[in-house]
Amino acid sequence: MIEHIVGSAIADTTTPDVALQGQWRERQFTAKLVNPANRRKHRIIVVGTGLAGASAGATLAEQGYRVVQFCFQDSPRRAHSVAAQGGINAAKNYRNDGDSVYRLFYDTVKGGDFRSRESNVYRLAEISTQIIDQAVAQGVPFAREYGGLLDTRSFGGVQVQRTFYARGQTGQQLLLGAYQALSRQIDAGNVEMHARTEMLDLVVVDGRARGIVARDLITGEISTHLADAVVLATGGYGNVFYLSTNAKGSNASAIWRAHRRGAYFANPCFTQIHPTCIPRSGEHQSKLTLMSESLRNDGRIWVPKRAGDDRPPNQIPEDERDYYLERMYPSFGNLVPRDIASRAAKNRCDAGYGVGPGKQGVYLDFADTIARLGKPVIEQRYGNLFDMYQRITAEDPYQVPMRIYPAIHYTMGGLWVDYDLRSTIPGLFVIGEANFSDHGANRLGASALMQGLADGYFVLPTTVNDYLGGNAVAPVDPAHPAVATTETEVRARLDRLLSIEGTRTVDSFHRELGLLMWDHCGMSRTERGLREALARVPELRAEFWRSVRVPGHAADLNQELEKANRVADFLELAELMLLDALLREESCGGHFREEHQTADGEALRDDERFSHVAAWEYGARPVLHHEELTFDHVHPTQRSYT
Amino acid sequence: MKLTVRVWRQSGPDDPGAMVRYTVDDISPDMSFLEMFDVLNQDLITRGEEPIAFDHDCREGICGSCGVVVNGRAHGPERTTTCQLHMRAFRDGDVIDVEPWRAKGFPVVKDLVVDRSAFDRIIQAGGYVTAPTGSAPDAHATPVPKADADLAFDNATCIGCGACVAACPNASAMLFAAAKVTHLNVLPQGGPEREKRVRDMVAAMDAEGFGGCTNAGECVASCPKGIPLASIANLNREFLRASR
Repeated sequence: MIEHIVGSAIADTTTPDVALQGQWRERQFTAKLVNPANRRKHRIIVVGTGLAGASAGATLAEQGYRVVQFCFQDSPRRAHSVAAQGGINAAKNYRNDGDSVYRLFYDTVKGGDFRSRESNVYRLAEISTQIIDQAVAQGVPFAREYGGLLDTRSFGGVQVQRTFYARGQTGQQLLLGAYQALSRQIDAGNVEMHARTEMLDLVVVDGRARGIVARDLITGEISTHLADAVVLATGGYGNVFYLSTNAKGSNASAIWRAHRRGAYFANPCFTQIHPTCIPRSGEHQSKLTLMSESLRNDGRIWVPKRAGDDRPPNQIPEDERDYYLERMYPSFGNLVPRDIASRAAKNRCDAGYGVGPGKQGVYLDFADTIARLGKPVIEQRYGNLFDMYQRITAEDPYQVPMRIYPAIHYTMGGLWVDYDLRSTIPGLFVIGEANFSDHGANRLGASALMQGLADGYFVLPTTVNDYLGGNAVAPVDPAHPAVATTETEVRARLDRLLSIEGTRTVDSFHRELGLLMWDHCGMSRTERGLREALARVPELRAEFWRSVRVPGHAADLNQELEKANRVADFLELAELMLLDALLREESCGGHFREEHQTADGEALRDDERFSHVAAWEYGARPVLHHEELTFDHVHPTQRSYT
Repeated sequence: MKLTVRVWRQSGPDDPGAMVRYTVDDISPDMSFLEMFDVLNQDLITRGEEPIAFDHDCREGICGSCGVVVNGRAHGPERTTTCQLHMRAFRDGDVIDVEPWRAKGFPVVKDLVVDRSAFDRIIQAGGYVTAPTGSAPDAHATPVPKADADLAFDNATCIGCGACVAACPNASAMLFAAAKVTHLNVLPQGGPEREKRVRDMVAAMDAEGFGGCTNAGECVASCPKGIPLASIANLNREFLRASR
């Protein structure tokens, strides 16, 4: 099994040493500025065009920086933020229901099971209100009441209605807002956009991030792009599990290559399982589809009271149904946080109460709400989700309850960043899901959109100014050996993948890895399972490099080569995830170690030993650095949603 | 199910291309159309042939990446995206023809992959509200009538897949442009740039080589998001208004 070394502690040094409520204001004031005329002299690379990347690219360009932006999709509008359904949180308190910045902060720290950094989370809650203002100004068509004001709804883990939404397509609408802002800057010549171009490595010169090596996915051409700072907004790594709610192209290569070049990777084992996904239907399954958490506002989750009850749901009388979330968590009911809802569903199914083919499912039933509010209201709220469900399963959820089961959805772990969103490589910023910063061990619903846009629209512009204003970044010499070496290494790797000419397809490796990770590093984890998987992953990786078959050529549109390159990185990242999960001998949020649970089967944290961020430095023997977490405001307690 | 699929293969923009016949076996009705393609591609790779290139990403009908012409219809027989088309729409033994979008504005890149960057350039020409970050008033400063907000939303759901262009006998991009113009022009936030937006977007659309609209309505019939034909009428009204 891979060995590791425990290294020196790491700390965030950029949070100002003032009271929580004043930290961001203080940081905005102390951050160095760059004169508008001088901003034109700086090139900034932004990789990714999701909510974080598009908002960052647009905003940096508006400020006068020369932005060079990349996405692997054929258009920046297609980044996977587009698929986010339910909503975006903001502490507007438009409902007068007791919400506040402090409450959003409190809910997020608690929801994250006390494994996030208070200063970052407080700033996120503060900025949340500006995001809604910004999006509305861009023409994002949020749902509105008849009086013309914005509507909000509830989400899991929360008792106020602070979630703004655009039917079941909030991510799409927010992304299009950011994409359109980015498009304006492309048209103005302030952003040089490279679509269908994938980052394959990070160029580090004299210890600073100075560019990337990228591949044009149409021509296969490899090129190096140099800049004064690099921003990674490349999303999460959920596709290490093969089956997830991520897009097929979502991958970890950008952050993994940066990790290999020196950026620490934090909490890789913190992955989120979303409770409401459509159960898989067979071996051919290529991805899983989420049904928004917002459905838990109006749907009731249940299983039959009798294990193995095969009757159709409509024939199971009310008193023979177990609305287990309402029973176990009366005050939050169906709106408990995601990790709790997921684990409860798994426990029901493991105990034999599951429904549907394979018994890997629970019901999400709208009958009561349809009876109370009428079908048109439900159509208005969730129409597109119901249609999507019906299309995939050929069942009508207005007539029969949906069947749902948990699936991999989001990764809280990511590259380590400080309060300024700087990684451990100077000049490399990491934003959105790609970083680890705000969600601790479990992300609350409708907070990913909030974080991506907070980072891109509002945090990064301040902190990039500080970096460029505070450091004399000399022009980088394209002939510097580090530049040429990186490009050569990228080419060699692609050539090697093509030259193996083995017998197994890339997908077969990816599926095998995914299944292994789901079984041993998924919804619940044990020391034994993790050790087993830690033994298997290096074997699988070796087999991959020995017998993968990648057809075609490097100088061509070659989708198998793209996949092979990403899967090769997943095979490395998986090992770090397992190791991190093994060493974190506690349960917290999405990380559930079976050895550590309460008598009721809830996650049992160990704050004495594990109130820290695990930040990994790359090496043959990875080095583990701890960032101690302190909680001056929200005091760690056993989370209770009963 | 066992099926015959005839697929357009074209190695690059300069290759004339041709339909190639394949058979696929063991297809489950619960598979999506793209999962059927996955099965075919795995088979091709194992046999030492080059897999079929096709665009896809989210596979849940929202990113707009996928899109092929199935049996002569953009996205196939059902009004949805190709990724959400399921094999239960076909019968055992069917012969299925699969082709790329065909339009002057969408040149073929390889096999079923086309270049839709023209759509991005139409948006760049004016499909936005000028609202630099930080300048926004409070979100409740301007109430928007619910009917207007809903109309804006319905049009904003366009995923930019390009089926409208592929289905149109004139390869017109009117429905795409109309959706964005309607989304933004109906909102108070889009008001100040209302005229310039429609003029610039129509000019960009023409410059990209898309045809004009003759009210054939094929675009609407294959739009997976149900963008209404009335939006094109609205685009024309907005254009006339702006041209006066």
